[in-house]
Amino acid sequence: MKSVFAALVGLILTASAALAQDEAKGLDQVVNEWFAALTGPFVTFIFAPLPFTSFPWIVLWLVIAASIFTVYFGFIQVRGFIHSIRLVKGDYSDPDDAGEVSHFQALATALSGTVGLGNIAGVAVAVGIGGPGATFWMILAGLLGMASKFTECTLGVKYRNEYPDGSVSGGPMYYLQKGFAERGMPGGKFLAVLFAIFCILGALGGGNMFQANQAHAQISGITGEFPGWITGLIFAAVVFAVIVGGIKSIAKVTEKVVPIMGVLYVGVALIILMVNYDQIGWAFGQIFTGAFTGLGVAGGIVGALIQGFKRAAFSNEAGVGSAAIAHSAVRTKEPITEGYVSLLEPFIDTVVICTMTALVIVISGQLVTDPETGLYVLNEAGTAIQTVGDTSGVALTSAAFATGLSWFPYLLAVAVILFAFSTMISWSYYGLKAWTYLFGEGKVSELIFKLIFCVFVVIGAAASLGPVIDFSDAAIFAMAVVNIAGLYVLMPIVKDELASYLGRLKSGEIRKFAH
Amino acid sequence: MALQTDRNVMSSKIVVGLDGSASGERALSYAKSLADKIEVCELIVAFVIEWSPYAFQSAEENAQRHKRREEEIEAAQSRIVIPAVTSLTTDGFVARGIVRHGDVADLLDKIAVDNGADQIVVARSSEGGFVKRVFGTATQSLVMHAHVPVTVVG
Repeated sequence: MKSVFAALVGLILTASAALAQDEAKGLDQVVNEWFAALTGPFVTFIFAPLPFTSFPWIVLWLVIAASIFTVYFGFIQVRGFIHSIRLVKGDYSDPDDAGEVSHFQALATALSGTVGLGNIAGVAVAVGIGGPGATFWMILAGLLGMASKFTECTLGVKYRNEYPDGSVSGGPMYYLQKGFAERGMPGGKFLAVLFAIFCILGALGGGNMFQANQAHAQISGITGEFPGWITGLIFAAVVFAVIVGGIKSIAKVTEKVVPIMGVLYVGVALIILMVNYDQIGWAFGQIFTGAFTGLGVAGGIVGALIQGFKRAAFSNEAGVGSAAIAHSAVRTKEPITEGYVSLLEPFIDTVVICTMTALVIVISGQLVTDPETGLYVLNEAGTAIQTVGDTSGVALTSAAFATGLSWFPYLLAVAVILFAFSTMISWSYYGLKAWTYLFGEGKVSELIFKLIFCVFVVIGAAASLGPVIDFSDAAIFAMAVVNIAGLYVLMPIVKDELASYLGRLKSGEIRKFAH
Repeated sequence: MALQTDRNVMSSKIVVGLDGSASGERALSYAKSLADKIEVCELIVAFVIEWSPYAFQSAEENAQRHKRREEEIEAAQSRIVIPAVTSLTTDGFVARGIVRHGDVADLLDKIAVDNGADQIVVARSSEGGFVKRVFGTATQSLVMHAHVPVTVVG
């Protein structure tokens, strides 16, 4: 444990030293070079291709896991969908439990951690590199991922820690340790520690740096270029005020505004799609054709598939284990009900919202095609599809929406900042839970993590998108490596829970409450 | 959560909705005067902690929620409901207290219906900002939707 702690502190010190050494280069450039060099080996390992192919093993790992859970639980995402909605509506909630965290609240909290830049920037990255076909694989990954979420969130509730003061801590760290012990399997504690380390990295990467980076890209896109560390410092100050200073009013405002922004984003996407209703069929055609032919994109079908699965996993976090931390706060008597509720997340996040973003990008005509062949034209480097105005990431989504509503980039800028902020707050909690699992609960320990978290906000805003997105992906996928390995061992426990629950539901022992 | 005195069969029940303010005290006084006029009457002192299952909370708030709920119930019992019930029983009334989380108007009505109460006594809500002026107060909502007669004490 101490070595992990030392490594993380060392990371910060190295960053500070590097920054001090070479101010002449420009702070952003120094941060960028340092960061790319430091994270390179880790990223290379996570995205290493399978032997004799260009297919990253990690993508196959996620696809196989989601498919296995889907089959093992008898397509729970299909047969349990209606029951999930009933649970969220509160049909099965005991009125005497009013005042506890409701299923809806757990779902909304987990969604606020996932709906955000992954849906806006991540989809643009996927479609920009993998073409429209990436959307097909993204939707498929979202549908399969529902079973992964079901599994991990059930376990999150079942094996959480409940403290004498009534507060709770849960997540993969706890179910890996307790669940393995219950099954008499060795290695649970080791996996739990490994998961916690990757969760901290994921919180600092995808849950922090990626958010800060894209928020800066969006702000500078409107105000004009300026150094990223300035945005980083401002963001870090606000995050510091909330997570260290305990200024809840900022978090409260964000919590209220973020759902409104989410609804507004989907609403605007719907309006653009309705206005261009005659192109929706064509856009789906592009998505379907692209999924199986590549339509000339970099990497062909495999490129589309890899991008689709990568960005779906990054967006909905199914199999990653983060949602299990968020859902474990619900005091339900039936852990499986949280599994049911959580399976709606990949559906809302990926199948609905990501697909809408992708459709708008495809319909907007921002992706340049060759008029003669109908195939997409690659950029000079041959790494992505050429776009009108040479945009990528959130800028591409912004430009696509602007073709329908010219004022949308301003709204999107605000939405991105708020989404980024709410995701950071959510991930600061996930990271903190992993941190306290490793180093123990306590004010000093918590403060150290929170300060490190704030430093990484600045680094994230200053670094360029490439290294940040690579590290963010790698860290989050590393969480999935450990989590899924554990889920394979623990899935029979979930199956028993499911069988018991369904039996009692059928017998009428578990019934709806009249509200 | 409930306090119960050991008096005999009741023939009438009145639910008194308290909100911890001085106006709630006026509602309680009025309910006492009503109960005095009825031969056998049980007073049910109800305090509803405003809560919605659809409010957005952070992950940290969720993790602390059970603890906060217990604290809220404890505070409502010790500061409002128990003193009110004790005062009523000391004065010779049959009384018990109920604390619930949820929508104030809905729950006061539900408590009345579930307990077979004949009426609800509440205070006119005196505090209210812009939102309450636009969307109305819990008292207004209760008067509009209650299944039993409601007396609003000014």
